[in-house]
Amino acid sequence: MEATQVIGTRARARRWRSLRKIGIAYLFLLPAFVILGTFLVYPLFASIWYSFTDYNVVHAARFVGLANYQKLLSDDVFKTAFRNTLVYSVGVIPGCTILGLLLALLVNQPMKGITFFRIAYYMPVITSIVVVGIVWKWMYFEDGIINSMLRGLSLIAKPIPFLSSPSIALYAIMAVTIWKAAGYYMVLYLAGLQSLPRELDEAAMIDGANRLQRLWNVTVPLLRPTIALVVVLASIGAMKVFGEIYVMTSGGPADRTTTLVYYVYKQAFVFLSMGYASSIAVVLFLFLIVLSVLNIKVSERGGTVNY
Amino acid sequence: MEPAMPVLSTARGRTLENVACYVLLILLALVFLGPFYWLVITALKGPGQNVFSYPPQLYPKPPTLVSFFELWQVGPFHRYILNSTFAATMVVVGNALFCSMAAYPLARMRFPGRDPIFYLILATLIIPFEVTLIPSFLVVSRLHWVDTFPALIVPAAVSPFGIFLMRQAFLTIPYELEEAARIDGATEFGIYAQIMVPLAAPSLAALAIFGFVAEWNSLLWPVVVLKSQEMQTLPVAITFLDSNFYGGWRQIAAGSVLSILPILVVFAFAQRYFMEGLTAGAIKG
Repeated sequence: MEATQVIGTRARARRWRSLRKIGIAYLFLLPAFVILGTFLVYPLFASIWYSFTDYNVVHAARFVGLANYQKLLSDDVFKTAFRNTLVYSVGVIPGCTILGLLLALLVNQPMKGITFFRIAYYMPVITSIVVVGIVWKWMYFEDGIINSMLRGLSLIAKPIPFLSSPSIALYAIMAVTIWKAAGYYMVLYLAGLQSLPRELDEAAMIDGANRLQRLWNVTVPLLRPTIALVVVLASIGAMKVFGEIYVMTSGGPADRTTTLVYYVYKQAFVFLSMGYASSIAVVLFLFLIVLSVLNIKVSERGGTVNY
Repeated sequence: MEPAMPVLSTARGRTLENVACYVLLILLALVFLGPFYWLVITALKGPGQNVFSYPPQLYPKPPTLVSFFELWQVGPFHRYILNSTFAATMVVVGNALFCSMAAYPLARMRFPGRDPIFYLILATLIIPFEVTLIPSFLVVSRLHWVDTFPALIVPAAVSPFGIFLMRQAFLTIPYELEEAARIDGATEFGIYAQIMVPLAAPSLAALAIFGFVAEWNSLLWPVVVLKSQEMQTLPVAITFLDSNFYGGWRQIAAGSVLSILPILVVFAFAQRYFMEGLTAGAIKG
């Protein structure tokens, strides 16, 4: 009798202890749950819900089915924004991938003062897009430093209206994005370069390959996982572009630099069409989810996760 | 990458290669640093000096700090600096605390639901902020947080990436230390606060630095949730000046220089974290 009672008490005590432990574990997790739930998980589903409504702040959300998505198909500005985002991505992705690699290969050499150059190329990465955007906007002015230099070198007869020309503005912004992001990818490439086995390079050297031949035939092929990672990360970044547009052109001239995120912002917070804006956000999400899955695949192969 | 033995390449060939490399390095440095130089000299010009002229005036003569003082004529810049500093600091504190707290049971405790929770948090890594922007704003507005510090701070006070980073750090801490503390009667909280957190200090530092820089530079969210001038953070205030005071180049440049300085200080002290820490956190199953 007594023995079973003791065992019962012990079992109860053990159960109590394990319940207590579970409670403690969840208490530790609680603040993160609350914040991530409120500002990440709930908003994701809410975004999808709002995209099926006509919510516009003035009146409550009413379900409108696929009306917003139908409207997207006939909205010329959306189509322009979509095209702009694609064109921008097609320019920015190779730009970042190639310039980042070039910078990394250059600063990976054990030369005197190389740290200075690494820091110089990385500076734009840590500078806010507001400052970067404003400085470049000034430099792009018709009487700005870039036009002055081109004029001084007699390369142009009259100034190029970088940001006010509908056919040039988007490309001018691409250049700023690549300038700002290249240093970030340089660091990713540097990590990749430093993990490469040296033997192959040394073998190629003994075989008489010069520096360029070794780079092209040995180093670059070995870096393929890092290159893939950079391509995916640059694509994600390009799809989300906002700051450059907001600061430099406000989507103009004539919507020629309006991108998807900028159009979401404009529809939601300038026109207050939250429902319609949500449908644009959902379209954006579909693209980003594909890229993120690619990111995970590529990261697993490269062995790291990067944000 | 440098040849260990110059088997075939001649010394002269290598010197030429090195010279070519330096030329390229310097040209690129001019491209990457040029805009910063332009910003700084614009900030150092005086009222009589042209910002836009042909030929361009490549250095201020004489340099003057007058634009920095004139800043206060266009807006309460000390407010903006305070706002940015406070918001970024609180975001760092929030992340250090909440991410490490969430990471502790995920890394060191066994309890039902642990693995699904971890994978759920990993999955939230791919939710883009741009997509959740509208409902997040509506939550903030329902909480009556529009134009307040909580709106800036709370949504950014936890990051899935931070939880992931801290979990990785906690996983590497040897169990012996924990066992010894348990025998001495330490509680879970004691182990977390007195063993785990101090030993994960390098990861915490990395998290703090990335959090600070990200919050300091953030634009879209503050633009959306802030309304009044005295709540503006530096990026919002500078954008506002840029679009509302045509011709205030020198003052805007001065404000921009002020806004970059703290980041440069952080960078100077923590360069290692930027250059190496970016690839921190290898996935191990």
